[in-house]
Amino acid sequence: MLILTCPYCGVAADETELAPGGQAHLTRQGPGADSAAFEAYLFHRKNPKGVHFERWRHAHGCGKWFHAARDTVTLQVFGTYPAQSLTPPDTILKAIAATYPGFEWEGEA
Amino acid sequence: MSFRLETGGRLIDRAAPLDFAFDGQDCTGFAGDTLAAALLANDRVMVARSFKYHRPRGAVAAGAEEPNALVGLGQGARFEPNQRATTTELFQGLVAESQNRFPSLAFDIGALNARLARVLPAGFYYKTFLWPRAFWKHVYEPVIRQSAGLGRAPTDPDADRYEHFHAHVDLLVVGGGVAGLQAALVAGRAGAQVLLIEQTAHWGGRAPVDGVQIDGKPADAWIKSALQELKDMDNVSLRTRTQGAGVYDHGYALAHERLTDHAPDTPGPRHRLWKIRARQIVTATGAIERPLAFPGNDVPGVMLAGAVRDYVVNWAVAPGARTVIVTNNDDAYRTALALLDAGLAVPAILDARAVADGPLVQAARARGVRVLTDRAVVKVKGKTRVTGVGIGNAGGIGLPVESIACDAVAMSGGWSPVVHLWSHCGGKLVWDEARAMFRPDAARAPGGQDGQPFVLAAGAANGALAAGACQADAGRAGAAAAAALGLAANAKAAVARAEDEAPMQPIWIMPGRAGPDLRMKMFLDYQNDVKVSDVQLAAREGYESVEHTKRYTTLGMATDQGKLSNINGLAVLADSLGTTIPQVGTTTFRPPYTPLTMGAIAGEARGEIFQPLRRTPMQDWHEDHNAAFEPVGQWRRPYCYPQPGELREAAVYREVSNTRRNVGLLDASTLGKLLVQGPDAGKFLDLVYTNMMSTLKPGRCRYGLMCSENGFLMDDGVVARLSEDAFVCHTTSGGADHVHQHLEEWLQTEWWDLKVHVVNLTEQFAQVAVVGPKARVLLERLGGMDLSKEALSFMWWSEGTLAGIPARVFRISFSGELSFEVAVPAGQGRAFWDACLAAGADLGVMPYGTEALHIMRAEKGFVMIGDETDGTVIPQDLGLDWAVSKKKDDFIGKRAQQRPHMVDPERWKLVGLETLDGSVLPDGAYALDKGQTANGQRNTQGRVTSTYFSPTLGRGIAMGLVRHGPDRMGEVIEFARLDGPPQPARIVSPVFYDPEGEKQNV
Amino acid sequence: MSDPHTPMIAQIAQAPAQGMITLRGALSARKIAAAARAVAGVAMPGPLECRFDGARGIGWMSPDEALILLPRQDVAEALASLQKALVGVHATVVDVSDARAVFRVTGPHAREVLAKLSPADLSPAAFGPGAMRRTRLAQVPVAIWAEGDGAFSLICFRSVAVYVGALLAEAAQPGGAVGYFPSGA
Repeated sequence: MLILTCPYCGVAADETELAPGGQAHLTRQGPGADSAAFEAYLFHRKNPKGVHFERWRHAHGCGKWFHAARDTVTLQVFGTYPAQSLTPPDTILKAIAATYPGFEWEGEA
Repeated sequence: MSFRLETGGRLIDRAAPLDFAFDGQDCTGFAGDTLAAALLANDRVMVARSFKYHRPRGAVAAGAEEPNALVGLGQGARFEPNQRATTTELFQGLVAESQNRFPSLAFDIGALNARLARVLPAGFYYKTFLWPRAFWKHVYEPVIRQSAGLGRAPTDPDADRYEHFHAHVDLLVVGGGVAGLQAALVAGRAGAQVLLIEQTAHWGGRAPVDGVQIDGKPADAWIKSALQELKDMDNVSLRTRTQGAGVYDHGYALAHERLTDHAPDTPGPRHRLWKIRARQIVTATGAIERPLAFPGNDVPGVMLAGAVRDYVVNWAVAPGARTVIVTNNDDAYRTALALLDAGLAVPAILDARAVADGPLVQAARARGVRVLTDRAVVKVKGKTRVTGVGIGNAGGIGLPVESIACDAVAMSGGWSPVVHLWSHCGGKLVWDEARAMFRPDAARAPGGQDGQPFVLAAGAANGALAAGACQADAGRAGAAAAAALGLAANAKAAVARAEDEAPMQPIWIMPGRAGPDLRMKMFLDYQNDVKVSDVQLAAREGYESVEHTKRYTTLGMATDQGKLSNINGLAVLADSLGTTIPQVGTTTFRPPYTPLTMGAIAGEARGEIFQPLRRTPMQDWHEDHNAAFEPVGQWRRPYCYPQPGELREAAVYREVSNTRRNVGLLDASTLGKLLVQGPDAGKFLDLVYTNMMSTLKPGRCRYGLMCSENGFLMDDGVVARLSEDAFVCHTTSGGADHVHQHLEEWLQTEWWDLKVHVVNLTEQFAQVAVVGPKARVLLERLGGMDLSKEALSFMWWSEGTLAGIPARVFRISFSGELSFEVAVPAGQGRAFWDACLAAGADLGVMPYGTEALHIMRAEKGFVMIGDETDGTVIPQDLGLDWAVSKKKDDFIGKRAQQRPHMVDPERWKLVGLETLDGSVLPDGAYALDKGQTANGQRNTQGRVTSTYFSPTLGRGIAMGLVRHGPDRMGEVIEFARLDGPPQPARIVSPVFYDPEGEKQNV
Repeated sequence: MSDPHTPMIAQIAQAPAQGMITLRGALSARKIAAAARAVAGVAMPGPLECRFDGARGIGWMSPDEALILLPRQDVAEALASLQKALVGVHATVVDVSDARAVFRVTGPHAREVLAKLSPADLSPAAFGPGAMRRTRLAQVPVAIWAEGDGAFSLICFRSVAVYVGALLAEAAQPGGAVGYFPSGA
C-alpha cells in the first residue's frame, strides 16, 4: 500500500486513490517506425529489481498523470514529477545516487 | 480438577455473576472472565478435539496465541466458528459449542484417527492418494473434503454490522503493556500524534501478573497513572480491544477493533477495521512463552506456565489443585510462587538445567517446593485430563524414575518475542544464542517511502524480556520514534524491577534422547497436530527449506502462524538437518496476527451497498415497470420489460417487432458523452479515432472507431461536431470512463502541446432513443423542433426544445429504423421519457431493452464492442476498412495495424451466418476445419460472435469471424456443439435486414 | 436497523438542485481568474481549497479545472458571461449541474462518518474549513469540502447518488461514533 505524492495537487495519495500506468519515459513509435523499434515500444518493458521510473495517475483525485521514481525492492520513493517531463529532475537523480552511488539514468526507452 | 479460587482475581468482578452455556451445559462465571477462564472455573478442562487426530485438548495458553481452545460461538445469524476461548470475553447468555467432534466432545468417532497416528505421518495424503488416479475424484476427494476444515461455516447471513475507519497518525504504538504505555508516554510528551492500541480489554499486559514493580510501586499503580497521563494528552488516542493485525508498506497498518463482542446487544458496529497510515510504528507486542516438547504435552491440563499464572492471578482460577512445573528457565518459578500464594499445591518443579539457583529458584525452595534439576517429563498420564506425570533424566531416553500424581502441568520452554508485526513488512531478525530466541534486528528494519526505517520494536517484543530492560527499551523506542518524526524527546523511562533470572537453557525435545515412540507424542504445533516425528520425517525425506517443511507438515500454518510452534519446530528441523537454527531461518510471518472476521474486511460493502449501482434518470420508471435488468459495467440496464404473464423471450420479440412496426423507446442515458473542446480538438480526434474527424462539418455526425496502440478495436460511437472547436464523442455504455481516461492519458502524457479539454458529460444528459417508423410523428407531437427529413437528415444533429425541455437531437440509428437520439438535461430526463410515452400512446410506443437493441443491430449487421471484439480484433477484421483513414499520417493503432500478423490474409473476418434449418447457432461456437492441431484437437477456422433468433426474419441469425469469410459467401461450414453433432451454417452477408438502408433514411 | 432511542451520529441530507459549472483552463491565467471571480464572487482558490461567499463559490479540482458553484437559476447567465469573457482564451466552460449530486453531512461526528469511507487524511489539522479534496468514498470518486461550521459538503456523480446516500447513512448509524476526532471538530 504505497503512498505517492501527486506533484500537481500535493496530496500524499493512498495507493487506492491512484491508478498505475507502467513504465515511464517511453518514446512513442508511430507510423514509419521499423519493426524492431515498434516491437520494443509496444511490448518490451523493464522489470528492474531496484530503481524504476513509473507512470501513475491520481485517479481518485486531480486526475493528473505523473511519474514516480521508486525502488521496487525497498519501496523507497525517490520522488514524483509531472508526466510532461522528458527526463527525471536532477533532484530525483541525486536522491537515487544517494542510495545507489554511481546511478545513471539510462535515458528514454 | 480445575476450579475458582475463593479470593483474588484482579480482572473479575465477583459481584457480577454471568450465566453461559457450553455444549448445552449451563455454567456460570464472572464479569471480566474470558470464556477459557470461566470454563476452567467450571471444571471444563477439555474443550476441543484437535484437527487431524481428534485428540482431546484444553486451553494451553491464556491469550491470542491459543491453538486449542477454539469454539463455535453464538447461534443462528450470530454463529461464528473457531473463536478463541482465551480471548472471548464472557457475557450474560453466551452460548458456545466445542468443535471437530461427533457426536460429542467426550465420545468422538474421529478420535479413531489418533489410533492411526502411526500411519498418518506428515505427507500421508500426498503419498497415499496419488493412485489409482481415477480414485481421486470419486473416492479420495469426497472423503477428504468431508473431514477437511475446522469448525462449521455459519449458514445465516451475519446479523451484525461492520465498518472501516481511516486514521492518519504520527505514531502507532501496538501493544498496551507497560512497554507500549512507556513508548506512548515518551512520544506523546514530545508532541507526537499517537494512537496506542491494545488487543485485550485491559492495559498493562503481564507486568502485574509477574509482580513487576515500577517506580517503586506495584505495576498496577504505575499503569493507572501512565494511563491517566496519556488520557490527558490531546495528541494521544487510546483503544482497547483493538489488535494490530498487520503492518504493510509505507506505514500502512490494519487494526481490528472488537466493539460489541463482549456486549452483543449494544447498538453500533460489531467490529471496526482501522486502516491506519502511520509515519512511525512501535511494536510493543510482548513475548509468547514456548511449550516444551515432551511426550503427552498436549493432554488437557498441560499448560504454559505463564498462562497458569494468568489464570490464577487475573481470574482466580486454578487449572489444577496439584500442578507440576517443568521448565528450562527461572521465569516458571514465578508460577510456582503464584500457585503457592493462592494456596495451591506444587508437588515438584522439574528443571531441565543441571543447576538452578537463581533468586526465584531459591524463593521456591525456601517455601518448601521440591526442585528437581536435570529432570524431564517423560510421560503424561491421563487421556482427557492430566492425572500424573512420569519423570526421568533430562538427557535420557525416557525411562521414568518416578511418578507424580497431579492434575495440571505448567511448562515453560522460554519466551519468544512477538516479532510478527515487525516481520510483516520485511523487518529482519537476529538469532540471540544466549536466550535462544529470534529478536528484531534494528539494523534491518522495514523501510518507508523515504527509505528510512518506520518500525521500531520495543520492550519484550524487542528481546528485552527482563522488567528493567523492557521499560528502558520502550523509553528508547518512543524517543527514537519521536526523533524520526523530527521531535525532541526525553527517552527516560520509569524504573522497573523484578527478580533477576539466571540464564535459561535451550531444550528442544524432552527427554533429550527420546526414541521414535516418544517423539510421536511430542507436539510442536497443537493446532495442526504436527509432532517432533513429523518434522524429523520431513527432514529425512529431503525437505531442507523451512518453507517446504512447513507446507509438507503444516507446521505453523492456519491461525498459529508460528506463535507457539515456530522456534521449537525450527530447532527440531535444524537438529535433524545437522545445522543451526539461524541457518534454517523462520517461515514467513503473514498478516493478520490473528484472524479477522470476514465482516470486518468487507466493512460497509454488503447488501445494497456491496457495490455502487449506477442509476439513470429513468431507473425508477424501469423498476416500476417490471424491467428485467442486466449488468452493463456498474449500470443495470433494462434487458426487456415483460408484461404480466409474459416470458422474457416473448417480451424481447414483442419489443423488436413493435419498434420495427411502430415506435420504441430506449433509455440510452448510459452511453458515454465526452465533450472534446479546444482549438486542436479536430486534430486530437484525428489521432484517437481511426477515421477522419477534423473534416466533419458542424451539425453533422460520424460513426468512429477507436483503437488501442496495439491496433485492436477498443470502442466505437458516433461523434457529433458541435462547433468549429467542440465535439461530442459518444462511447459505449461500459466504455465511457475508460475512454475518458484514454483521452486524458494521451493528452497529458504524449500530446500535451495540443490545446484540448475533455469533459465527461455522460451524467449531465439523459438520452432517449426514439426508434421506429412512427418516431418522427411522436417527437413532432412534443412540439418545438422541426424534425422533418429536410430539416434534420440522417447523420445530422440539431438543438432546440422538445416538450419544453432543452434537447439535442441526433439523427442516428443503431437499429436500421428511422431513429432519433435525444439528449436532455439529466434532471429532466424522466419528464422527457414520460412525455414521449404519453405522446406516443396511440402510436403503440413501448420501451425496449438491451436485448431488443442487440437483435436489431445484429439484423442490420452492426458490430457490438465486446461481442464482435474481444481485444484481439482489428477494424479490418470486421469489414470496417471504410472507417480506417488511409489519408492520415498517424492515429493510435495505425502502426500496429501494419504489423505482419495484422495484415495476414488468413485472419478471420466478419460474415453473417445462417443455419440451414433456421435454428440458432450456439454463441461462441467454433467453426471446424480439417485436420488436427499438434495437441490432437480439431483445427478451427472461425467462431460465432453474435447469435440471435430474429423475430423480424423468423429464424436464427448470427455473425462470426471466419477465415477468408467474405470470399466464401454461400459456402456451408460446420460449427461445433457441446451437445450433439456439428451444426452446419451458410456464410452470408452480415446485413440481414434492409440492406439498402431504406428504413432509416426516411 | 436503527434503534429509535439512539440517534444517528451525523445528519445526511441531499442538497436541492445546485448550479455547477466546470471551468477548464489555466486557472492562474489573469483572464480566466477574473472571469471566474466575476461570476462566483470569490477569488480563484489555490490547490486543495475552496472559497465561498454565500451561495457562490469556487472549488479547486485540478491544476486546470475549477468547479464554480452558484444558484441553479443563475447558471445560464453565468455560462454566457464566462463564454463572453473567455473569447479567444483556451478555456472550456460547461454546465454540469445535472451531472452531479450534492450531500451535506452535519453533526458532531460528521468528520468521522467521512473518515470511515475515505482514505484521505480528514483530521481537523489536515482538513480544516476551506479545505477541499477529491478522493474516494468507498468505491466511487467524490469531492469533499469542509465548511466553516463543522459541516461538510460532498459531491458525487448523479448516477451513484443513491449509493452515496446509503453509504453515508450506513456510516452514520446509531452507536457508530468512533470517538477519535474531537466531537464537532
